[in-house]
Amino acid sequence: MDAPPPSPSAASHASPLLTVQDLRVAYPDREGKLAQVVRGVSFTLGRERLGIVGESGSGKSQTGRAIMGLTAPGAQVTAARLDFAGIDLLRCPERQRRSLRGGRIAMVLQDPKFALDPVMRIGEQIAETLRSHARVPAHALRQRVYESLEAVGIEDPARMARLYPHEVSGGMGQRAMIAMMLIAGPELLIADEPTSALDVTVQLQVLAILDRLVRERGMGLIFISHDLRLVSSFCDRVLVMYAGRVVEEIAAADLTKARHPYTRGLLNCLPRLGQPQHPLPTLERQAAWGEEHAGGAR
Amino acid sequence: MKAPGIGLRVQDLRVIFDGFAAVDGVSFEVAPGESFGIVGESGSGKSTVLRAICGLAPRTAGQVALTGHGDLPAPGSKAFRRQVQMVFQDPYASLHPRQTVDRILAEPLAIHGIDQGDERQARIAQALDEVGLGQGFRFRYPHQLSGGQRQRIAVARALILQPQVLLLDEPTSALDASVQAEVLNLLEGLRARHGLSFVMVSHDLAVVTHLCQRLMVMRRGQVVEQISAADLAARRVQADYTRELMVASAGFARSD
Repeated sequence: MDAPPPSPSAASHASPLLTVQDLRVAYPDREGKLAQVVRGVSFTLGRERLGIVGESGSGKSQTGRAIMGLTAPGAQVTAARLDFAGIDLLRCPERQRRSLRGGRIAMVLQDPKFALDPVMRIGEQIAETLRSHARVPAHALRQRVYESLEAVGIEDPARMARLYPHEVSGGMGQRAMIAMMLIAGPELLIADEPTSALDVTVQLQVLAILDRLVRERGMGLIFISHDLRLVSSFCDRVLVMYAGRVVEEIAAADLTKARHPYTRGLLNCLPRLGQPQHPLPTLERQAAWGEEHAGGAR
Repeated sequence: MKAPGIGLRVQDLRVIFDGFAAVDGVSFEVAPGESFGIVGESGSGKSTVLRAICGLAPRTAGQVALTGHGDLPAPGSKAFRRQVQMVFQDPYASLHPRQTVDRILAEPLAIHGIDQGDERQARIAQALDEVGLGQGFRFRYPHQLSGGQRQRIAVARALILQPQVLLLDEPTSALDASVQAEVLNLLEGLRARHGLSFVMVSHDLAVVTHLCQRLMVMRRGQVVEQISAADLAARRVQADYTRELMVASAGFARSD
């Protein structure tokens, strides 16, 4: 666990960081029948930024949680392959999975108000992450906490470390959460709507921090969001999910050339500054988009 | 369209909570039938302005008055509340989870004493039709509705008293993009049909310029700038802060 992460250049041509093949997540309904919320998602991830976009209920968060191993109890997670850096995530011992979680794979959640422990000082929470993944002497621990807070642009880390989550703003809380996720030096970061609870101006600051950290540390990033435009401005590649399936995979730069009607509909229904449209085009959902074997764009 | 509507005038509004000025000297006017937007970051006081208008936040100083023809009710009175209704941000939190749609919609009628017999039936039916849901939704509970349907119910509850001014507090920010488009279209249609005046609060510049003719940018309880939607769209802005907001809402600019 203390081994330094392999250098990005060495790994980029080798096998991908994460391979997901035919991932399925199902929850039992009231009669005990299984309802699939993720239905056969496949992708590979290198040291790049991958966006997963979809509306509520599309299965984007469940995909992220399944990779992280945070699916709620009772659910069934199956996959032909779910492979992180050579480790079979679904068949490895729970102990190993646990050591990966927060260590080599980290996850930033949407709302710092709910994701941080309300009765624990921010510094302690960050230290706890590091302590559970590495043996660090007490004096070095504090130093590492301060460094990680500095890395997310907090000017007075000593003060921040003493505060409780309710004493800081949303933007500061989200920075603290990112600091906590990064302190163990993960290779893969899953960010589930990391900026949705924040103001637009603060959003950009948090994205800039993520951007810098991903670039400097050569991490793989999965950025989950409902905001297609934001994702396309931040990521290299975008998966568009609908009803538990990936309906389109597209390079972020080519988003305007998206072919699937759902992707195009999502793009068009947003009001745009300086390009008034009255009324706004709405999305006509088609049953065929959700079908298991529909071949993407027609 | 109905005959002359009702507008709103807010003068030097101040809301002070325990010595903290959440709203600090805000003035604006909304003409009858106009749609006016308030934009700002969280904590800028934009929602507090709305809440102070309809009496949900204490007004420390300043005046709120309806404008238009005839005898207009004073703020705080029951008649005022009948003319000025509010739609809240989160349809998951603003509807009572253990009341049916029917009961949710009947409550404003009961408060204003118009819940007898046919009137009650007719108003509820009409309100559901207005928001495009229909009678089939009448006896459902909020948890049986999607986010967009819930927000339609919240709009129906505001409309059921046939008010002239709607206060909209981030009415679409809890909704998916495609559902947001539907709700925005609905609001726009209602305003055109009934000659309503809107005051809409949002953090999304594109949404506000879509729905409003004029808007006001707020920061730390004060007005930064008042600007027409056309000027904003054409980027003719005065204040640096407005420019900052515009850059931020354009998305992330990668450095590589």
